Amino acid sequence: MNRAVIDLWVGIFAALGLVALLFLALKVGNLSSTDVGETYSLQARFDNIGGLKVRAPVKSAGVVVGRVAEIRFDAKDYMALVSMQIDNRYQFPRDTFATINTSGLLGEQYVGFEVGGDTALLKAGDVVKKTQSAMVLEKLISQFMFSKAAEDEGKKTTD
Amino acid sequence: MMPARLLRQLGHRVTDRLWRLGFASRFLLMTILYSGTSLRRFQLTIREIYFTGVLSLIIILVSGLFVGMVLGLQGYDTLQRYGSSEALGILVALSLVRELGPVVAALLFASRAGSAITAEIGLMKATEQLSAMEMMAVNPIARVVAPRFWAGVISMPLLAALFSAMGVLGGYLVGVQLIGVDEGSFWSQMQAAVDFRQDIMNGVIKSCVFGAIVSWIAVFEGYDADPTAEGVSRATTRTVVTSSLAILAADFVLTAFMFRGL
Repeated sequence: MNRAVIDLWVGIFAALGLVALLFLALKVGNLSSTDVGETYSLQARFDNIGGLKVRAPVKSAGVVVGRVAEIRFDAKDYMALVSMQIDNRYQFPRDTFATINTSGLLGEQYVGFEVGGDTALLKAGDVVKKTQSAMVLEKLISQFMFSKAAEDEGKKTTD
Repeated sequence: MMPARLLRQLGHRVTDRLWRLGFASRFLLMTILYSGTSLRRFQLTIREIYFTGVLSLIIILVSGLFVGMVLGLQGYDTLQRYGSSEALGILVALSLVRELGPVVAALLFASRAGSAITAEIGLMKATEQLSAMEMMAVNPIARVVAPRFWAGVISMPLLAALFSAMGVLGGYLVGVQLIGVDEGSFWSQMQAAVDFRQDIMNGVIKSCVFGAIVSWIAVFEGYDADPTAEGVSRATTRTVVTSSLAILAADFVLTAFMFRGL
């Protein structure tokens, strides 16, 4: 086996390996559409974050505008303090409404921004004032069942 | 008298293992210290990349394809019970780039290339080629061992990436082309769930570590082999067994550090 053939094969091997890595990065991974770039941080307090996790997306109008960076429990007011990194390209008004939503019935949870009408904008490090907690499915079901039971009770008494 | 003898045997074994471990660590240190030649005269390393990496291509590509196709079938079977067969892409891609790619490629590499390296170096020792080199003032660690070590470290991540890529293609072939999972959601859910740094780069780091472990064990066992036909055969077996166990143990440790609580 002479040297030129070996060089050629090793070259093909290295190129194939790099192509595979590129395929993994661009087609399998999210490198082509990531949230790289400059970000600024916002915070929000929630009564209950449900199943929200670090690195969950922050969406506005369904478009990913940032990610959850940190979740802490604030022992002073017994609320969850969620820090988010928001893409620098997007600015939000002061009266933005942060809610915790679920994509689909059993999907992952994300923070949704509903934009208000204030002209002043949120700056880096600001706290989003208006928040709505995660909807807890078990609570909803039990509420529904109780209201249903109460309805049935009502029907019985009128009969 | 029996317990004393047993204890002595145990002590002998423990010191023997420890001695070998220390020898292997010093050997690794020497290999890295004398690797200047293999990097300066890179042609030596390229030759070894050909023998370890290029000649392992076929087995890696074919096994990757089949592992991916099996993942596609099995994953679909389980996922469709919960009505989420579109998540097949996530299952195939994550299990490949995080675990199966690095680990299975390293296991195949250990049995395909590691055993060959051990047998080659062991036979060189048995036929006194290594001693002949020393006589000619050529350092066998710099000339023979270091190029093979670095060839393994360089080849392993490339082979693991090829394995994962072929696996994803295999999962795509079975899931989308054969079974009929929606193509768009297959890829888009996969891209949403697989993170470049968190998943892919950690897989690459894993495979670099595995490459270093396998090549280290292979060159050491070859260098340490008894210079007889039987000694070389035993060293080859030890290479495959030890490196497979070491890969799985290292995989657990690395996974515990990389994917803790995320």
